[in-house]
Amino acid sequence: MVKYVIKRIALMFFVFFVILTMCFVLVKLLPQTNAVQFGKDANLILQRREALGYNKPILVQYAIFLKRSLLQHDWGVSEALYLGQDVWKVFVSKIPATLMVNIYSMLLSVPLGLLFGIYAALKKNKWQDHVISTMVMVFISVPSYVYALLVQYLLCFKLKIFPLQMKSGTDYFSWAMFISVVPAVLSLAFGTIAGLTRYTRAELSEVLTSDFMLLARTKGLTRGQATIRHALRNSMVPIFPMILGEFVSILSGSLIIEKIFGVPGVGQLYLNSITALDYNFYMLLTAFYTLIGLVSGIVVDISYGFIDPRIRMGER
Amino acid sequence: MVNKDDYMNIPKEDFEFYSREGDIKDKKLDTKPVGYFRDALGRFARNKSSVLAAFILAFLVLFAIFVPVFFSNNYTNSLTDTTYLQYTKLLPKSHYKFLYNMGWDGCNKATIREDIYNSYIAMAMETGYNPVVKVYGDPYFDESSSSNIAFYDVKIDSYTKNGMIYLTLTTAEYEAIQAWQNETGIQVIYPAVDSSKIKVESLKTNANIWYMCTNKGTPKINAAGGLDSIYKTSGNDGDYHSLRVAGDDGSYKYATVTGTSDAKSYKVRVFTYTYFKYRYGEYPCFLFGTNAYGQDILTRLASGARFSLLFAVIIATINMVIGTIYGAIEGYYGGVIDLVMERISDILSEVPFIVVASLFQLHLARKVGAVPSLLFAFVLTGWIGMASTVRMQFYRYKNQEYILAARTLGASDARLMFRHIFPNAIGTLITSCVLSIPAVVYSESNLTYLGIVNLDSSTRTSIGSLLSAGQSLLSTYPHVVFFPAIFISLMMISFNLFGNGLRDAFNPSLRGTEGN
Repeated sequence: MVKYVIKRIALMFFVFFVILTMCFVLVKLLPQTNAVQFGKDANLILQRREALGYNKPILVQYAIFLKRSLLQHDWGVSEALYLGQDVWKVFVSKIPATLMVNIYSMLLSVPLGLLFGIYAALKKNKWQDHVISTMVMVFISVPSYVYALLVQYLLCFKLKIFPLQMKSGTDYFSWAMFISVVPAVLSLAFGTIAGLTRYTRAELSEVLTSDFMLLARTKGLTRGQATIRHALRNSMVPIFPMILGEFVSILSGSLIIEKIFGVPGVGQLYLNSITALDYNFYMLLTAFYTLIGLVSGIVVDISYGFIDPRIRMGER
Repeated sequence: MVNKDDYMNIPKEDFEFYSREGDIKDKKLDTKPVGYFRDALGRFARNKSSVLAAFILAFLVLFAIFVPVFFSNNYTNSLTDTTYLQYTKLLPKSHYKFLYNMGWDGCNKATIREDIYNSYIAMAMETGYNPVVKVYGDPYFDESSSSNIAFYDVKIDSYTKNGMIYLTLTTAEYEAIQAWQNETGIQVIYPAVDSSKIKVESLKTNANIWYMCTNKGTPKINAAGGLDSIYKTSGNDGDYHSLRVAGDDGSYKYATVTGTSDAKSYKVRVFTYTYFKYRYGEYPCFLFGTNAYGQDILTRLASGARFSLLFAVIIATINMVIGTIYGAIEGYYGGVIDLVMERISDILSEVPFIVVASLFQLHLARKVGAVPSLLFAFVLTGWIGMASTVRMQFYRYKNQEYILAARTLGASDARLMFRHIFPNAIGTLITSCVLSIPAVVYSESNLTYLGIVNLDSSTRTSIGSLLSAGQSLLSTYPHVVFFPAIFISLMMISFNLFGNGLRDAFNPSLRGTEGN
């Protein structure tokens, strides 16, 4: 087990470095955008680039980059968006907003998704199940920005319950802030609820028809007892890792929801770095997104082994 | 003594026919054999929701193909003609009585101030088209406001409320409009106004003012309760010889002529509603309304959907070909080849798609254009899923006896792979191919919506671009976003239902594992 985990983590770092290297080389090959503008001295810009080491061979630059970024958290300074500011600090300051929106949305969607899924599985092939399954199909298929726009139009504009955009500022726990993120949270939650409901329903209805459920009933447990003690526990084996994976990947946020509701988070920063061609931000956020994806994959895989003793990791 | 193991040389007379006479007990099959695809089709047809989804999908595809062909107009695409900037943000309107009565009438409810109301009424007095279709209740005053201005709750026709614009015409155009007016009896050109009677400089460009007005441009009501016109009665109007407005005794001038005698230009006031009829043969009436550039949303949406669908189908096809070849090689040869190729696809699949798309966009968009670079981005990682599907099927079938038999008969590797093993993978491959189409449409619309990729131009658009262009108008003109959103939602739902139906039909053993 330990061996397997170590192997997976080593492989993860290998993949991470390969992707980081590819991105670094590709970004360095891009034309530099610091064109001569009014009020900027071309010579000064060139001298600054020389001093920062932009003209060294690409491998030397890569070595410097790795040393600085991974050991000293120094990902360079912003070239366009937040001119001269430390990229890492700006990035860290953007995390709370993303995290808040996504944690609220998880807190809303995990219980609801499980609840709907369990209910649908218990009422399998009855009208309640059909209604839930149809809704799930609709909510899984409809793109998230469509509900985001619907939420914004109906709740924020027509009914005027919530503000159109997220409140600015850093008072993350104030009531006004909470109200202002509700539309974004709702729009994020719909898709997650639907996905979780579908998954829970499928797993639970499979467990409910298995033999040990029959045994549980024959030894005298009521249906409720059998469901809660035996079926639910067993169906959680694949569901729980999925939730765990979601929790890790919420760090990356949703680009589209952040754009629509003006959440000043990581996703917005990434979008802006692409449009403004701010390569230092771009590198940092690319590394961040890649790492989040890799870590959430590993967490899901490894947690199977911890949750279910029947699954032996890494054995053939 | 005959060696029992010497089966190569069994004497001929030891053989005998099993049965020459008598009945053969086997029954001859008299039902038709059912092939794999026929069987799958039968299973698919039993799944009602998937069949319905297939019909909706077919309708949407036909809509995307044929609407741009039959209903495309020059007010669909081009952004060069500035006159149709006068027809922006028109609300959905239908000719059909049924839809018209259901509220598809191009009107919206609004609360307007008295001065705006009066200028609409003045517009109606001149042209006969009243932008105020209905007034709800009596005018009322805002208690909290100190100013003494009445408010009206009204229903406004978005098609006529724009009123007049100034156009500068050449002699030929001027004559053509006059000839058309004479022929049809519809007034397009309205009398020119005497701009010296408008006090404020900035109001002189406002073509709607034909009356004595205040400094804010609102009509001044005279003692008799009417309006005093400020039509021009002197000067040259290039011998206007066509329809005249009511109350014109022949003294009104219809144009302001500038330029020399060989290159004259005529500045005229034209009514946008009737001018549209002159330009395009019919009164403006857009089923889905128009967007912020005056483009017809119906045809724009259809051509955007056509682009998105075509793009997705091309990508799905390319991915299928690459995935099949890659997966076949992996699965068939196995061992080290498989291990190396798996690692490569592992690494590729871990790169976040948004990173791939943005890098390609930054690198290639200027060299080869936005569409090809987006296509490369989708192809770079898109084939991995298909490859793993094919690989799995190859692992399942490559050690079966019939493959061994074929190999003994001398079949080449390529023949074994594509003639004997690959057909087993077709079912799953078709399913994942169909399910990848909505995924591509979805990611493409996401990227264009976010503005990472810009596919919008005068002749091309995509659903994501339409939505992103409409987002800023969401609160005032929701129809700009509404129709593309409905379209893409409907398309996604039916694609997923259709794909699930296909999956159940091709692999009945998988039925129920994903909850449907």
